[in-house]
Amino acid sequence: MERRVVITGIGWVTPLGHDIEGVWKRLLAGESGVGPTTLFDAHTFPTTFSAEVRGFRLEDFLGPGAEAHGGASRNSRFALAAGELAWRHAGLRNDTGLDPTRVGVYLGGGEGPLDFTHFVHAAVAGCRNDANACIPLDTIRWAQAALSLLDPTHELEQEPNLAAGHLAVRFNAQGPSFNTLTACAASTQAIGEATHVIRYGDAEVMISGGTHSMIHPLGVTGFNRLTALSTRNDSYATASRPFDRSRDGFVLGEGAGILILEELEHARARGARILAEVLGYGSTADAFRVTDIHEEGRGAIAAMRAALAGAGVTPREIDYISAHGTGTEENDKTETMAIRAVFGERAREVPVSSVKSMLGHLIAAAGAVELITCVLAIRDGIAPPTINYATPDPNCDLDYIPNQARRMPVRTALSNSFGFGGQNDTLVIRAFEP
Amino acid sequence: MADKRRVVVTGLGVAAPVGIGIEPFWDALIEKRCGIRRIESFDPGGFTTQIAGELPPFQLGDFIPKAYRKSAKVMSRDIMVAVVSAYLAVRDARLNTKCIVERGEAEGGPNIDSTRFGANIGAGLVCADLNELSAALNTAAEAPDRFSLATWGVEGMNNLTPLWLLKFLPNMLACHVTIVHDAQAPSNTITCGEASSHLAIGEAFRTVARGDADVCICGGAESKINPMALARPTLWRRLNYDANAAPNTACRPFAADRRGMVVAEGGGLVMLETLEHARARGARIYAELVGFGAATNTFHRSLPDPEGRATALALRHALRDAGIAPTEVDLVAPFGVGLQEQDASEMAGWNATFGERLSAIPALCIRGAVGNAGAGSGAMDFAATAVALHRNTVPPSQGTDRPDAACRFRFAHHDPMDAPIRHAVTHTYALAGGQHAALVLRKFVE
Repeated sequence: MERRVVITGIGWVTPLGHDIEGVWKRLLAGESGVGPTTLFDAHTFPTTFSAEVRGFRLEDFLGPGAEAHGGASRNSRFALAAGELAWRHAGLRNDTGLDPTRVGVYLGGGEGPLDFTHFVHAAVAGCRNDANACIPLDTIRWAQAALSLLDPTHELEQEPNLAAGHLAVRFNAQGPSFNTLTACAASTQAIGEATHVIRYGDAEVMISGGTHSMIHPLGVTGFNRLTALSTRNDSYATASRPFDRSRDGFVLGEGAGILILEELEHARARGARILAEVLGYGSTADAFRVTDIHEEGRGAIAAMRAALAGAGVTPREIDYISAHGTGTEENDKTETMAIRAVFGERAREVPVSSVKSMLGHLIAAAGAVELITCVLAIRDGIAPPTINYATPDPNCDLDYIPNQARRMPVRTALSNSFGFGGQNDTLVIRAFEP
Repeated sequence: MADKRRVVVTGLGVAAPVGIGIEPFWDALIEKRCGIRRIESFDPGGFTTQIAGELPPFQLGDFIPKAYRKSAKVMSRDIMVAVVSAYLAVRDARLNTKCIVERGEAEGGPNIDSTRFGANIGAGLVCADLNELSAALNTAAEAPDRFSLATWGVEGMNNLTPLWLLKFLPNMLACHVTIVHDAQAPSNTITCGEASSHLAIGEAFRTVARGDADVCICGGAESKINPMALARPTLWRRLNYDANAAPNTACRPFAADRRGMVVAEGGGLVMLETLEHARARGARIYAELVGFGAATNTFHRSLPDPEGRATALALRHALRDAGIAPTEVDLVAPFGVGLQEQDASEMAGWNATFGERLSAIPALCIRGAVGNAGAGSGAMDFAATAVALHRNTVPPSQGTDRPDAACRFRFAHHDPMDAPIRHAVTHTYALAGGQHAALVLRKFVE
């Protein structure tokens, strides 16, 4: 018989706070975590706002244990805090017979922010050569500056697999460890693949989810150059407006979401509280274009269908869809089209919402945070809203739970994440039924 | 659990400093040629270590359809290495993907179902093109220490091409490969340093075995030949800084006098296929993939465990997955980065798993020939291991002729060893982050 995988713990660090229940209350109240960017001086950038994590200190989560993680990147610190919340929430303890070789980590962790000031210094030094030319760069001058300015630990912490390394050390997780970085789909992918790791029998417990911060000068530069970000600088709190006709791009957020996935019998044997069961996962590639989503949402449709088939669930059984819903013209239109293709006539009846309207887009961490909202929606029988929804778009004609959370029974939920480069991932989870 | 489907290796595409293509790569290993030399693609004079494993020159146009050539301008070097490896892998497997058909190299249409064709490609921390980025940053600076973020925000950033970010997202390796070859089934990008290739191949093995794809192109690619990727290990004191005059002997895995690693660029992609799918099209089979195991070093996030426990655990898991005992292994392929403590840790893990018998098992380590190409390293090891098993021949392992006292590996030093090989085990690990992985190959028998 196939091993069943359940969720026994959740934790997150988000622009709306760093505790489980407080963030959930604020999401249900339709609060926005968006504000002026303070992590660097962005006042002349095309986009001057973002959804930052505020008032965060790792010591508040790990106490003196934070010292062991000195020099950790912002990503790793978010992951450690969210991981600590999830570990405690699951009631896990390393001193209670848990076999560390059967505990693994699977993250969608982003690259750590680079050391911008020193990086720029070296870059400019490399341009100030006898020919005063940047191309080709004077690599001798560059090296002299870089090797004297760059900090070894800071450089090491940029490696995307380091957050997983921090978690493994913190929780003595000696089993399989992976990090995936499939752009905005990464943590949904991580949770789906981690589920397979447990099902196959390679682990009993997986610490899974994602962590990312791209709120730094080059991150915002990259997205601004792609014209992917909203530029509503004068009304930032309402800038993230997924599925609204006047949407003009996504709002960059940051944070982490971590879930404890566990084999059912393992969870039962230790008397764990079971929050939900992971039923299905679908992963596909658009294989279409570097820059654009497939016009008909081919990959998104295939990912949703694969997740439903894997779950053994029909579209009729889905009570709630947590959309990728970024607030870009293209994503929201294509995602709507793909939902219509998969759900047929029922598409208009299935409530769909995007918490990115409140949290912004957490990039690699988005999927994990959104799956946690599905877990809580199942637990409490209430779905979070899509805020800032004012003007319907004829291309987006579904029930987006506009502006007000909705009380409704949620037994089975589907969560989508789509990444740049045509990466599509979908998860289906359900209230636990023995 | 549903019945597992058997998974076989039917294609090997390698872009290595010693040769591009599985035949040139293998010939170089057999002939004991080294791919490490002074860096030519930029002036390394400002670095203490000025040598690396650079790829021989290649023309990207030889590996993609003509219509795709314009996409080359959004490809970082890492993406190019992946795209080259992908073409070589599908050609080696005689799979007529969209790319092969569009290049006019196949009769008729594709012989593969795109919706059953997946990709799982390991990638590194892709470095921005320093020429382009520095030139843009320079427009907003009066002096190296007088950069204006305000000027950058309002005009400086406009010197970057709009698609700039897309060159450096790690999943763009898989993105380009899946577009060029039309692979629409499950797709992933593993970013776990030197463990990436083995983890990607291992995960693809599971994906194909459980029936989520019939064919998967998997492995990894990375280029560490740029100033940033050379600066980082220089800062970490991981490089052999004393070998600029003798690059051929710079990387000495498990040697008593090992002095550090050598960075490289390269990678490999491997075609995994269900046995049924391979049989139906009469494919040549290099080997059957029968075991995968992964484990994590929790001693420290970036320091090796003196006892090598994660290496031992990954090896044990992989052997158990394959259903074999250490006594049934005929070839071992350790990673052997050439660093004092890391090699000691890896040896401890192998020694703990195989005991005294390790010294009787033929061993292969290609690091001395190709260096460390990060996420691309493991796939090169995998390819060398698969061919060695297929041909019952173990190439010499360069740089291993003065072994450490703890070294029990039985490497060939000068000439290839002929040995009947039924099972081979290959292992890699991330130098930072803790990830370890091992794979077991078996000679294919019906």
